[in-house]
Amino acid sequence: METVIYTKKLTKRFGNFIAANELSFEVSKGEIFGFLGANGAGKTTAMRMLCGLLMPSSGEANVAGFDVYTETEKIKQNIGYMSQKFSLYEDLTVAENIRFYAGIYGLSFAEIKMKTDELLTKLDMRSEAKKLVSQLPLGWKQKLAFSVSLVHDPKIVFLDEPTGGVDPVTRRQFWDLIYYAAGKGVTVFVTTHYMDEAEYCDRVSIMVDGVISALDSPGNLKKQMNAPDMEDVFYQLARKAKRSE
Amino acid sequence: MMIVTEQLKKVYGKEKIVAVDNVNLSVDKGEIFGLIGPDGAGKSSIFRMLTTLLIPDGGSATVNGFDIVKDYKKIRHCIGYMPGRFSLYQDLTIEENLQFFATVFNTTVSENYHLIKDIYCQIEPFKDRRAGKLSGGMKQKLALCCALIHKPEVLFLDEPTTGVDVVSRKEFWDMLKNLKQMGLTILVSTPYMNEAALCDRIALIQSGKILSVNTPEKLVNNYGETLYTVTGGNMYKLLNLLRSYEGTDSCFAFGNSLHLTLKYQTKKDTVVAYLQEEGFKDAAIQETIPGIEDCFIKLLKTN
Repeated sequence: METVIYTKKLTKRFGNFIAANELSFEVSKGEIFGFLGANGAGKTTAMRMLCGLLMPSSGEANVAGFDVYTETEKIKQNIGYMSQKFSLYEDLTVAENIRFYAGIYGLSFAEIKMKTDELLTKLDMRSEAKKLVSQLPLGWKQKLAFSVSLVHDPKIVFLDEPTGGVDPVTRRQFWDLIYYAAGKGVTVFVTTHYMDEAEYCDRVSIMVDGVISALDSPGNLKKQMNAPDMEDVFYQLARKAKRSE
Repeated sequence: MMIVTEQLKKVYGKEKIVAVDNVNLSVDKGEIFGLIGPDGAGKSSIFRMLTTLLIPDGGSATVNGFDIVKDYKKIRHCIGYMPGRFSLYQDLTIEENLQFFATVFNTTVSENYHLIKDIYCQIEPFKDRRAGKLSGGMKQKLALCCALIHKPEVLFLDEPTTGVDVVSRKEFWDMLKNLKQMGLTILVSTPYMNEAALCDRIALIQSGKILSVNTPEKLVNNYGETLYTVTGGNMYKLLNLLRSYEGTDSCFAFGNSLHLTLKYQTKKDTVVAYLQEEGFKDAAIQETIPGIEDCFIKLLKTN
C-alpha cells in the first residue's frame, strides 16, 4: 500500500511549550484517517505542519511525496483543505466559488468548465449554480465546500471538523461523499467531535497532551480498552489529559 | 411555568425568511429543557427573543411571568445568558470578567459565590489570565460563572458544548445537574443529539418549527417502528446494498453498525438470507432501542 503521509518524531515547540511531541505515523492512499484529540491536545498544530503552513521544530514528515521543510508549495498544490469555519465565499455564487478555487489551483478554462459541470451534477445543484452561497442551507454549503476542496484532484484532503452543527441526515450524506472520495483513492484526514464518526474511519489516532496516545482501527481500540464504543475509548484516554491549550 | 411561548415568530430580511415559525413551548420551574436541532433551525433566535435581545414579529412569550417585550428590564435581572459565541471581555482576566458582571448587576462575587464555587475553583488557578487566552473548556466555565454570578432564576445556554471535546462536555452536563438541584430553570440548546438524553424534556426543532416536545424516554418509546442494527462486513458496501434493497424503509450508518427499518411485511430473516446470498456471510441483524438521533431522523422524514 502506497504511503501518502509519513511522519517520524515530528515535533513543534513554541518556546518551552511542546505543542506536538514526536508524532510518528503513516497514512496510506485511500485511507480514511480520523485525527482526534482533546481540546488543546495539539491537533491543529500537527495539521498545520502537515499542510505546509507551519515549520516543524524537529523530526521528519513527508506529505503527498513532498518534504514539509523544503517543499511546502508542492504540498499545498497536492492537498485539499476544508474546515467548518472557513471554506467558501458567501458573497460569491456557487459557480463563482468553484471557478475561484479551480482558478487558484491553476486549472485551465476548459478544465474549470468541465469540473463545474461534473460537480453540479454530482451534487444535484444545477439549479443553484447562480445562487449566492450565503443563501444555501448549511448542509449544502458543507457538501459543496468538500467537493470544491477536491476540485484540483488532490491526493489528500484535510477536513477540520467538517460536520459541525449539521442535521443527522446531512451529516451522514456528508460521510457518503467521504467514502466515495476514499473509494476513488483520495486519502481523507479528518477531525471530528462526533464520536460515532470516529467509527467510520479506517484508523483513528487520539492525541492527548501533544502525543499520540492511541492509533489503531476503531475495532482494535475498543477491544484493547474494553470499551463499548469510540466515545468511551476517547473518554478513557482524554480524561487523563493534564493540559488544556 | 418559568418560560411560556405562544405562536412565537421571527422573520428576517427582505426575503422574509421565517427563522422561528409559531413556536409554542412551556418550561417548568426547575426543569432542564433542551432545544435540539441543527444549525439554522432557529434555536439562537428563540434564545435571543426570550432574553429580550430581539423583538418577535408575532406571538408572545413570558419569562418568570414577565412579558418579553413590555417587561424586558425585569427579565434582564432574573436571567443568566450564555450566548453561542464567546462574548466575555477578551482583554479582561478571568477574575476581572467575573467582577465586572457582578458589579453590573449590583452585587458582589462573594455574595453569590456559593452558586459558582464548584465551577470557579476549576479555573481559579488561572484567574489572572486574560479571557482571550483561555482554552475552549475554560472559556465555557468562565462564561457559565459570569451568567450565574447575579443569582438568576433562569439560565439560557445557547450551544454551550459546541466544539468542546467529549470530556469537557461530560463535565459541563454534570455542572448543569448540580445547578438544577439548586432550583435553577435551564433552557439549553445543543446540536449533539446524545446530550438530549440528559435533559428532563426536549423539543426537537428544524427549520424554525418544533417537530416534537417530550421527555427523552417517551420520545424514544413513541418511535413506533422496529429498529434493527446490522453488522458484518464492509459497512459502506453493506449500507449501499441495503439502501437498494426493496424491503428497506430506511438505512443509516450509526457508528459501528447500521440502523435499519423495514417496510411493512418484510421479515428480518428474509433480509439476513438476502445479505448472505450477496456475500455478507457474517451479516447479523438485531432489534435495538432507538436513540434520540433515530427519532430526529424519522421526524425529519415525516415532516
